[in-house]
Amino acid sequence: MKFLALALLAGTPFYGLGNYLLHLVIMCLLWGYVYTSWSIMGRLGLVSFGHGAFLGIGAYSVVMLWNHFGVSPWIGALAGVVASALVAVIIGLPCFRFKIVGHYFALVTLALSEVTRLVIVALRDQTGGSLGATPNTALAQGNPWSLGALQFSDKIVWFYAILVVWLAGLWVWTKVDRGMTRLALEAISQEEEAAASIGINVTRSKLFVTLISAVMTSIGGVLYAQYQLYINPETVSGIGISLQMVFGVIVGGMFVVLGPTVGAVFTLLLSEGLRLALGDAFKQFPALDLAIYGLMLVLFIIYLPKGILGTATDAWRKHSSARAAARR
Amino acid sequence: MLEVSGLSKKFGGFTAVSEVSFKLQEGEILGLIGPNGSGKSTTFNLIAGLHAPSSGSVRFAGEEIAGLAPAAVCHRGIARTFQIPRPFRKLSLLENVAIAAFYGQNQKISRAKAYAAAADALALVQLPGGADARVEGLGAAGLKKLELARALATQPKLLLADESLGGLDHAEMEQAADMLAMIRREQGITIIWVEHIMGVLMRVVDRCIVLDHGEVIAQGQPVEVAHDPKVIEVYLGTDAAEVQQTVAQRAA
Repeated sequence: MKFLALALLAGTPFYGLGNYLLHLVIMCLLWGYVYTSWSIMGRLGLVSFGHGAFLGIGAYSVVMLWNHFGVSPWIGALAGVVASALVAVIIGLPCFRFKIVGHYFALVTLALSEVTRLVIVALRDQTGGSLGATPNTALAQGNPWSLGALQFSDKIVWFYAILVVWLAGLWVWTKVDRGMTRLALEAISQEEEAAASIGINVTRSKLFVTLISAVMTSIGGVLYAQYQLYINPETVSGIGISLQMVFGVIVGGMFVVLGPTVGAVFTLLLSEGLRLALGDAFKQFPALDLAIYGLMLVLFIIYLPKGILGTATDAWRKHSSARAAARR
Repeated sequence: MLEVSGLSKKFGGFTAVSEVSFKLQEGEILGLIGPNGSGKSTTFNLIAGLHAPSSGSVRFAGEEIAGLAPAAVCHRGIARTFQIPRPFRKLSLLENVAIAAFYGQNQKISRAKAYAAAADALALVQLPGGADARVEGLGAAGLKKLELARALATQPKLLLADESLGGLDHAEMEQAADMLAMIRREQGITIIWVEHIMGVLMRVVDRCIVLDHGEVIAQGQPVEVAHDPKVIEVYLGTDAAEVQQTVAQRAA
């Protein structure tokens, strides 16, 4: 069943969907991966409103190093990962040491995402500021692809690359889900002092998942930059994108492995749908989409706190156990 | 095995614990008693690493442990329970105790071993160890047992049991007291027991320390302490006769 679904998914480029739909599928996978990365820490009581920072650090590291120094995106990606890890430690260590948890942690990270956006805007001579940046193309003279520059004109290559990364993300999520670390972090999020008293190193455990989550998210930023070949501070950093991650994961369901991906699909379809349906209205009310997101988030938190997939999974379990009981 | 000397803790201008000193022999059960607010729990928290002392030292197995973080204290072999039970409500009973076994021994044992140790600890305190046994539905006595199982799963040499009997009825109290005695007898774990219900405690402990306003006002065997005029004045009051009777019964 699982493998059949995966085989079906892997065949996507050959269904004759056309470029636009294939692009949507790629974006679903890419954001699905990013949301999965967020949920690795978000589901364990470390709700970050600042993951846009890691996305932005990944995306801008790779593009800036390539454009200004000609550093290959492969090495640029590594630099982005290292930089994200450093920022995660700089923000995480004091928060975890001094027991900044819950809403306060969310506020600290919210500031982080906005600071990152402002830094990108302020360095406009290097980053292009609010106008964004485009990686220098390596595809001149009709080259269809350049592995060294991590640029591919064919969407199929991106589809498979991002599919693999998305699967890797799910694998990490599952690994964390089944490990003792998850239990330890759940214990910490419920009773921090009791968790410490049974020998759990609170700071180290929190830092561990934060690092995993931050590094994975920054890889998402790298992929976004290389796939879209255009980044700007609003789409890869700042409050908007950070909140969208939180929204997507809550909507999809953060306690099931495919929940964040379902959230990404939902968010993407919603935004595309709104764009098509309300095209003109947007011009009159520029923040209409954000207002709709906000309203939906509130409704989801009240009525479907486990998200779409979480609720569906529960209903399915109830249904099948009721059937099993009836058979007996 | 434990040597506390000159231990003090100030919170701002308030001195919660002042110059507390005592020694603990291996295999002993020591009762730490006193009225509410006398500094018992603070003394515990100082030993367990929840607070760093303002001054004084805590030596365990010959090493200074004052100021170590709670997790590090646990790894040295000191486990604790909390006055108000602090279960991990979203985890199963087995998971509650399994992480204590796993992290209490500093991740040096396998997962499977941790779960096996957890099942043993739950059986010892007579709680269900099935995968679907949850924290919800446990009463006061059950929660205290879970605290105990979790502490024991870390394989301590010294157990700090904080007011383990508050909220229990008389039969449950006796059962809990017997359980501590059994833990000492069968597992050779040294115990410090903080309690303000003195009668039950007196049946089990080898020695008592009485705190008042953060200071040690008496220490010795239950018989001595129960007849100590100072203890009667500040703490036992009209209950003195009852407590003395309990001690006498035990001696008989």
